[in-house]
Formats: sequence, structure tokens, C-alpha cells
Amino acid sequence: MRPFAYVKPADVAEAVQAVATEPGAKFLGGGTNLVDLMREGIERPHTVVDVTGLPLDEVHELPGGGLRIGALVRNSVLAAHPRVRTSYPVLSQAILAGASAQLRNMATVGGNLLQRTRCPYFYDLAAACNKREPGAGCDAIGGFTRSHAILGVSDSCIATHPSDMCVALAALDAVVEVRSVRGTRRIPLVDFHVLPGDTPHVETTLAADELITAVELPPSPAPSRYRKVRDRASYAFALVSVAAALEVRDGTVAAVRLALGGVAPKPWRAREAERLLLGGPATEEAFRQAADAELAPATARPGNAFKSGLARATITATLRELIIEGEAA
Amino acid sequence: MTTTDIRAPEKYVGRPVDRLDGPAKTTGEARYAAEHHYPDLAYAALVHATIARGRITAMDTAAARAVPGVIEILTHENAPAMKPAPKVSLLDISTMASGTSVNYLATDEVHWNGQPVAVVVAETSEVARHAAALVRPAYQELPAVVDFAAEEPNAAPQKSSMLAETSADKGDAHAALATAQASVDLRFTTPPHNHNALEPHATIAVWDGDRLTVHEGTQNFGWLRKHLAKRFGVPERNIRVVSPFVGGGFGGKGMVWAGTLLAVLAARATGRPVRLALTRAGVNHTVGGRTASTQRVALGADADGRLTALIHTSVSRTGRIGGTPEQITSASRHLYAAPNIHLRQHLVQLDLLANTSMRAPGESIGTFALESAMDELAWELGMDPIELRMRNEPERNPVDGKRFARRLLREAYAVGAERFGWRERDPRPGAMRDGRWLVGMGVASAYHPSWKLPASVTVRLSADGGVEVRCAMHEIGVGAATVQAQIAADELGVPLEAVRVRYDDSDLPLGAMAGGSMQTASVAESLLAACRKLKQSALALARRAADSPLRGRRLDELEARDGGLHHGASGETYAEILARAGRDHLEAAIKSGALGMVGMLRERRRWVKAACGAQFCEVRVDPDTGEVRVSRWLGVFDVGRVINVKTTASQLRGGIVMGIGLALTEETQVDPRTGRIMNAGLAEYHVPVHADIPHIDVHCLDEPDPTMPLGLVGVGEVSITGVGAAVANAVRHATGKRIVDLPITIDKLL
Amino acid sequence: MRVNGTDEKLDVEPWVSLLDALRERLGVTGPKKGCDQGACGACTVLADGVRINACLALAVQYADKEITTIEGVTPHPLQEAFVRHDGFQCGYCTSGQICSAIGMLNEAEDPAALTDAEIRERMSGNLCRCGAYNGIVEAIKEVAR
Repeated sequence: MRPFAYVKPADVAEAVQAVATEPGAKFLGGGTNLVDLMREGIERPHTVVDVTGLPLDEVHELPGGGLRIGALVRNSVLAAHPRVRTSYPVLSQAILAGASAQLRNMATVGGNLLQRTRCPYFYDLAAACNKREPGAGCDAIGGFTRSHAILGVSDSCIATHPSDMCVALAALDAVVEVRSVRGTRRIPLVDFHVLPGDTPHVETTLAADELITAVELPPSPAPSRYRKVRDRASYAFALVSVAAALEVRDGTVAAVRLALGGVAPKPWRAREAERLLLGGPATEEAFRQAADAELAPATARPGNAFKSGLARATITATLRELIIEGEAA
Repeated sequence: MTTTDIRAPEKYVGRPVDRLDGPAKTTGEARYAAEHHYPDLAYAALVHATIARGRITAMDTAAARAVPGVIEILTHENAPAMKPAPKVSLLDISTMASGTSVNYLATDEVHWNGQPVAVVVAETSEVARHAAALVRPAYQELPAVVDFAAEEPNAAPQKSSMLAETSADKGDAHAALATAQASVDLRFTTPPHNHNALEPHATIAVWDGDRLTVHEGTQNFGWLRKHLAKRFGVPERNIRVVSPFVGGGFGGKGMVWAGTLLAVLAARATGRPVRLALTRAGVNHTVGGRTASTQRVALGADADGRLTALIHTSVSRTGRIGGTPEQITSASRHLYAAPNIHLRQHLVQLDLLANTSMRAPGESIGTFALESAMDELAWELGMDPIELRMRNEPERNPVDGKRFARRLLREAYAVGAERFGWRERDPRPGAMRDGRWLVGMGVASAYHPSWKLPASVTVRLSADGGVEVRCAMHEIGVGAATVQAQIAADELGVPLEAVRVRYDDSDLPLGAMAGGSMQTASVAESLLAACRKLKQSALALARRAADSPLRGRRLDELEARDGGLHHGASGETYAEILARAGRDHLEAAIKSGALGMVGMLRERRRWVKAACGAQFCEVRVDPDTGEVRVSRWLGVFDVGRVINVKTTASQLRGGIVMGIGLALTEETQVDPRTGRIMNAGLAEYHVPVHADIPHIDVHCLDEPDPTMPLGLVGVGEVSITGVGAAVANAVRHATGKRIVDLPITIDKLL
Repeated sequence: MRVNGTDEKLDVEPWVSLLDALRERLGVTGPKKGCDQGACGACTVLADGVRINACLALAVQYADKEITTIEGVTPHPLQEAFVRHDGFQCGYCTSGQICSAIGMLNEAEDPAALTDAEIRERMSGNLCRCGAYNGIVEAIKEVAR
């Protein structure tokens, strides 16, 4: 990797100051993505600001029932947190569905939000990639697209966001708190990541000098779960994943949250499906129709055309499992 | 694992002896190729071409040279010359050692996307890699042919050699197919694969004048040494290859690839010991993998399920700059008693990295097609797939009437059906369920030819009773030293602890390559001969003494046990014999020679020798998503006599695990536009993980092969054969869907 | 940095990974480099008892941690259990498998209650291309109970 200066700030103020004065600087958390990208020559920061020593590694209960998760809480710690396991099972399950135990022990919540795509054309410097090099073109289009997006894509980029955790956070209406020298700002998770359009190198609404300090969860919704479908039983990125929360009263959908992973350049909150489901019958047919409506705008390639069908099947199965779970409880 | 035969407790052969290198491997003491330290060691990194074919027009190394710590950058403009790779000749099979025919850094030509075009040597590995990323080659691109699917119609017939026949004709298979009462005609595709042994290829090269020491994990000491001698113009005796542990090979470390040559070249150019440890992507870009294939299998049968026609044709690929054609239709020569057989193999040559052997080259993917087609024929006939196979079990080798040295496939199925609970299988598709999961059960035959090669072995007996076996072998995870120590201990009648096996260095007598499931049998044959010679020497020594209880005895009357030679209650130890004779040791050597090779080929003309088996698979398929999980496995194998129950079971399981990868997850994605491998890493090339693998039950019939040393048959490859089909057949049973394109991924089942 | 119970004074550039620092600078070669991208687990070591992939860790980030590699856990009952159950073939993934298993048993609330399926899922970050998975699971189960 390219040599860089290493800075370890003592507090948050010092950390944001360090990047404010150094345009080529990057925050370093668990390193599981950034170190890999630096070694591959894709990320080439002049300065690395190691934030792992900052006191942002605690989970607090919020008045009113929500949770405040420090940006440096390790993924494994969050997944195992008793409140997360009982009140936000979708989040715990999503984290445990991602990567490996070793990586979850290293990776931070803030870093997970900033994971970059696993598109092989992004990773291979020999390929053209608009995300890596704006204007270079996109070799993924016309290439291997098994891991690629069908929703929210553009002619510039069809890469997916690889995170599982973020899909759960999108369903949970999480809010991201960020700090810079200009102060603190709160961004709904669903607005944190942006679609590629013709600027796929811009992946979030985070400014270069802003540090993620926390993620806040509103009080827990209805029973929730995460379902991930991938090419092997574990330790693989999602082909399709579904984060869902569902409350059914007298056979009618009283509340529903639905977010998709593996199918879009950002964690995909399925608003259209939610709108169709809410107040309607909690039947498999209704689930399928809602899924179809959500997936209607899909733009597929030969290599990922199966994802619409897979997403519909996975949405339907996940909602069905939630009903069975609800009946059992 | 269980075997059907309980052995005498005093013998080591047949027992589940722990690996002798177990403590070294579980404590981190075992040192692999990259882990040897030299003062002044320099580190090398490769620069890979990013075009499929063309010429290098410029090589900008200025930025790379400016990095502090860079020692040298070798390109085609400044690298010292290497001699070209020798022409392949069957008179000296070591000429097959060259992974590709490219003379690296001696040419401006680019032959595949990923070819090394420069080597950076630096003071640390970090600097080398960083500087390598700064080297900027410029190219003139030339048209390249890299799309296997598009080129497949242009395939040319694959030539036969004395090692592998590529075609067979018996009767008129096409006419028989046309008139068959039942038939299937299927087209299969299998993708390229990469070995992805966990240890990336690494070489440390150290020159001392014109003497060279190479640390490398190799599957072939002999070929590597000979090849380096030819390429670098030094006598073979000047080269020493040290290789105590190989971090997995599977065929990927059998040839000599760019990394090895360039490490040696860089060491010569810089005058420093050089280490070149390839990155994972570097391995994928410079070490060949398994070919892609398309295959047709057409079967005709009468109403009772007796085959009337068997047609199996294949197209696979090599690189234009080399590669190993695979024997894809090989199992179809042996498995079924069809009166009409037509087998053909075709090849296309592409502007890609040369392919190479990967665990059961040919048979692993060939049995996927053949055994899937047999299963489909069983569906067509409404017949149990085991019964269909039993009705077509041949008495003699189907294509030429040769005798089988031994063949227990019937027994394997009988034992397997009982153990696996095949009777409980509801034959209707989709009829078996476990909750929401669809359950399917499938079978397929495993088949792999047995080979052995000449090997040199020396055995030395010391006055203290210690035994040293010397033979350069490849410890790629097979327990090479352990099993030969067991054999030597039994043959000489000494405790296992008294046997030391030295195997890690090419200065030792050369054994056989670790490939083609040959190493154990090849070395065992020479070891048995050496032990016998040694006992004869000991007996001769004893017989010279008037007071020896062995006086007048012939070796055949004696039993080697308790550290010596005995006849009933009388006898004496080797230590006593040597002490009386005033000798501190006795030594016996068996040397391999060209005659041995001729003998092997002659023997193959008489017999058909193989390992075989029955694979039983149970899968669960999610009816919503098409996710497939292998839930149970049983392999029943006829691998002759089992030397070590523990290591044999592990090796057989390992083949099944790799086969499950072949069936469900593995595919090297070669971009058909650029020839570039797009998943040259372990995150995107999906080898099975713990969660993919259930308990695998392995059972060996343990009946000696009368034509093989100690009756043993190699076990390295047979167990991957048939696995792809057994999974596909179980999926067919669970879902009603016949998947003919590997891997069996979700999208194909939705 | 404390490595296997010994204080090591390490002067490395910030871009040196923990894995390379151990293997190249300290000669601690038990942890293996299989992919250098967090995709195989061969480099697994324990940092303050927690299993991590040393290839994605910058050494400087772990300056105040206690690093334990396979060399530092010796002797451990898992090592004998791996030999007994033949939980390896080529041996290259073994250091990582054993360190990972130790970390995994630390993480589990009740190691003795882990099912085979749970052990497999929790160990899925450690690839074994030789396919010794059955033996590894048996070895872990034996030690967990």
C-alpha cells in the first residue's frame, strides 16, 4: 500500500480537526475494509486517522426506549448486546450473517456503514470503473453481474452496497450522527447512502471531514428478522437479503418494515411494498404482489436477472416466517 | 471410517496412526516455503499484464525505482536471459514440467491477461508490492481469443498419447442410440476451477556461485530440479530443492510456474537471496487451473435398463502457450458394459493462461456428466439408479476387453445402500420433506485410474536398532512420511518410533511425484523392495556367524518382528547381528530407472487398474429460494488395502469436500471480453466453508489389489469423482430439476 | 506490543500489517498468510483473547494489545485433539483454525452446549482447502465438553 502518515487522536475534537486540515486523510476504524482497499491500491490516503481509541464504543439505552450505538462498537459486541438481541433481532441476525467472527470482532459500526462495494471490476485496477475513476466507464456492465444491483442502478454503475447490518438499520429507521469541525449533524440511515446516478464515486452524504459518532435506533418495532441468501452457507456476500418487521392484527398487516440487500447500490428500503402491504391482508399472495411492485422498476442484466425472482421469494418467505413466529409467540 | 478387516495388533499397516508431523503442524513449528530466513533476504513482487494479448511497447519504471528500498526492477528490457522451456517429449516426462512455454522477461509478448511482465525486488515485501503497483507498462493490443463458449464450435480433436487415450469406438453407438427403447441425450457445461490451496505459491531462491538452493512447496522435486537446471544452465546436482511442507497442492504445485522461475532469476540478477511469495490474485493469474468443459452424454438402453449405446464427447481448453489436455471421457471407458461406445475429446486453444491438472483432471468433471446422464436414464426408465448401474456392471473393461485388476463397485453399492438407508428413499421427485425443506437422495459412481511410477528409496539400519528411510517425498497433507514409516516398521519388524523418514530435500533419493494418486504406491513399492534387500543383507551377515540362530535359514522362512528376524522362538535382533559383525549400519537402496517406466506401461497393457466407489448424497433444498445444503454424505470406496485408516479417511473426505465445491459453489470467472479472471480471490471464489460440510461418512472395503504393492491403491483423487453428479442427482430427486451446468447455484433452481 | 507473553519492541512503518510484523519482523510464522484480504482465516490470532484476522490489522493499531499466536497457546488441549481427530492435512490453515477455535470457545456462553451446526457456523471464517472440516469439528467438540 502507499505509505501514509498515521495519526491517533486523543478525542473526537482532535480527530475531526485532523481530517479538516488534511484533505487526503481518512478515518480508520477496524480496518477490515479500508486496509484491504489500501493494500489493493484502491484507497490511497496520505494520512490515516485511527479513531479506534476514541470513547465511542458504548451502547446506551435512550429515554423512550431507543438505543444509541457508539460508532466504534464492534460488530460482534453489538450483535451480542442483550437489548439488540431481544428488541432488534433483525439487527443482531444481520450482523451475524455478515463476514466471519474474526472480522466482526474487528469491524466497527461506523466502518460498516462506509463499506465499499465488492464489485470485482471496482476491485481490479485493470478494469474500468466509474466509482474508482470517475468517467472511466463501467466494465461490470456487460461482464459478470451476479453480485450486482437491479434497483437504483444507472448507466454509470451497477454495484451493490455489501453491508448486511445497514439493511437492518434501514428497516429500523436508524439515524446516523456525524461530527465535524462545523458541528454535529443527524442523517436518517436511508438518506445516508446515495444512488450512483452519474457520480458513483459519491456513495454517501457524509462530507470528507465528517466522522460518524453514533447510530441511533428508535424504539423497537414489531417482531423482526433477517434472511440472507448467498452462494454458500456462510461467509459470503448476499445475493439477496431481506430485513423485515411485521405486525399482524386479525389477519391484517398493522405495521411493516422491509429493506433489501444485495439488489441495490444502497441499503434498499422497500417503501412501495410497505405501502401496498399496510392495512392489507397478511397473505402470501399479498406479500408476492407487494414484492413484485417493489421490484417492477428493476433493471436486470443476464447475470443478475434471477434476483427479482429470488428477492420476491425471499421477501415472501421472510414475512411468512414472521407470521409463524408471531403465531408461536 | 470403518474397515471390514481387523488386523493383527502388532502390525502398523491398517491402523489409524496419528500423523508423525501432527505436533509440528498444530504448534506452528512447521515451516512452509516462505518462512525460511536468510540474512540479506530480498523480497520480490510481480507486475502482471492487464491485456490478453499484445506487445509491451514501453515500460515506465521511474516512479517505482524512486521508492526507497527498491533494489532492482527486472523487465524484458534488462532481465538476464533464461533458457527457453524444453520441448515436451514422452521419453523424458520431466519435460512436461513447464507450466507454460513463455520465456518470462525474455520477450515483449503478452500471451494472457495476468502474465508477469516485470519483477520488483526490494528490501521489504511492502515496498516490493507498493513499487510493483507503480510500474506502468504500455501495450500494443492484439486480437485475442479468450471466450471458451464462443470458440467451442471450432474445437479440434485431442490427440492420444501413450499415457492417455482420447477416443474409443466399439460397435455403432449412434445407430444403437437411434433405435434404443429408452434414451437420454444431454449437454453439460462445467466452468474453470482454481486449486486455491491455502498456501499461496512461494519461492525462496538462494544462489551460491552456480549452486542454487530453492525453498518451495512442490509436488514434484524431480521435475522442478531438472527444469531449473535446464532453464538456468547449471548441472542438476548443483540444485537443491528443500520442501518439508506443502500447504496444499491439488495439482497446482506440480508444474513449474512463473513465480518460481522469476524468484530464481531475480536472485541471480541481484546477487541476493530472494523471496517471491505470490499474492492470492497472483496465484490465480500465474498458476493454471482446471479447464472449462462442455460435454455431451447420450445413453440408449433397452426396456430392462441394459445399455445399448454410450456416447460421451467433450470439449475442453488449453492455453496457446501450453496446458495439459484432460481425459474427460476416461471413466466412460470403464464404467458400463455397453455394446456400442463412442468417445471423443476435443480441444480449443485460447489466449489464456495454460490450464493444469487439478484433483482428478478429466474424471472429476467427466463423471459429473456421465453419472448425471445415468441418473436421468434411470428416471426415464422408472428404475432405481443403483439397480440401473448394477445391470450394466461389466465383467471386463468395456472398450477393449482387458481384465480388471480388481473391481468392487457392486460391493460398494451394496454396502452403501445399507449404510445410507437407501431403502427409505421415496423415489418420487419432491416427495421427501423435512419441514419446508425438500429432501433428495442421489448416488453416483466414483472411478479413478491407479498409476505408479518408479521411485528411489534408501533404507538404513543402525546398530542401535534405528531405521532411516530416505526418499524425497511431497508432504502435501497426505501423511507421506507417516504411511511409509508404518510400512517400513512392519516390513522390518521394528516399532514405529524406531523409524525416521527423511523426505524433505531433493538431495535424497527421489520418490515419485505427488500427483495422479501415485506417490504412496510408487514409494511403497520401492520401500518394500529396499526393506527386503536390507533384511537379506542382515540375514547374510548373520549366516556368516556359526552361532547365529539364523544360520541356514532362508529369508522366506523368517518373520521380521521384535526388531529382528525370527523363526519361531529362535532369532535375533538387527542390533545383535550388526554388533556381532562389528558393523554400525546396513543400507539398502532401490534406484528408479527407465526400465521401471517401461515395466509400468507394459503392466498397464495387461490390466485395468483403478480405485472406484459409490457416492451417496442427501441434500436439502429450500423450496422458496433454491438454496441447496448437503445434509448427509457416504462414500464407500474400493481403494485396495488401507495403510492408515485415519489419513486415508481424511484424504477421501477432502476429495468429497472439494467435490461439493465443484457441485455447488466453485467457478473461476474468466471475463469473455478480456480473458481476465474476475474472482481471483477467496472472497469471491467460493470454496466450501465449515458450514457447507456435514459429517461425511467414509467406508473402505479394504481388499488388497493383487497387482499393487501391499495391495494399496492411491486415494488422492477417486473421492472427488462422482461427487458433482451425486449432488446433481440428489437435487434432481428433491426438485425434479436436472441441472446440467455447474455449479448448481440458486439461479438455476428458482 | 506484547506477543506471546513477551514484550516486543517493534519499530515498523504504519502500513505494516500485524501479520507481516509477526511473520517478517518477529519471526513468528505460526500465523499464515493465505489471502491477505480477510477471506480465509489462516492468519487468525488472539488480541486480548479475541480472535481477529491479523492480515487486515495494522500493527500500529495493536501496539497496546496482548497478541497471542499459535506459538503462544502451546500447549493447548486443542492441539492434541486436532492430531487425534486428524483435523488437518497440509497444515497451512491449522494455526488459524486452532486460534479461531480458542477464540470461539471464549465467545460462546456455553461451549459444551454448542451443536455441530453452531460450531460450523462459528468456524466458517476459517477455510480448509484440504477439507479437514469433520476432524476439526470433532476436535473442538471434544475439548468443549
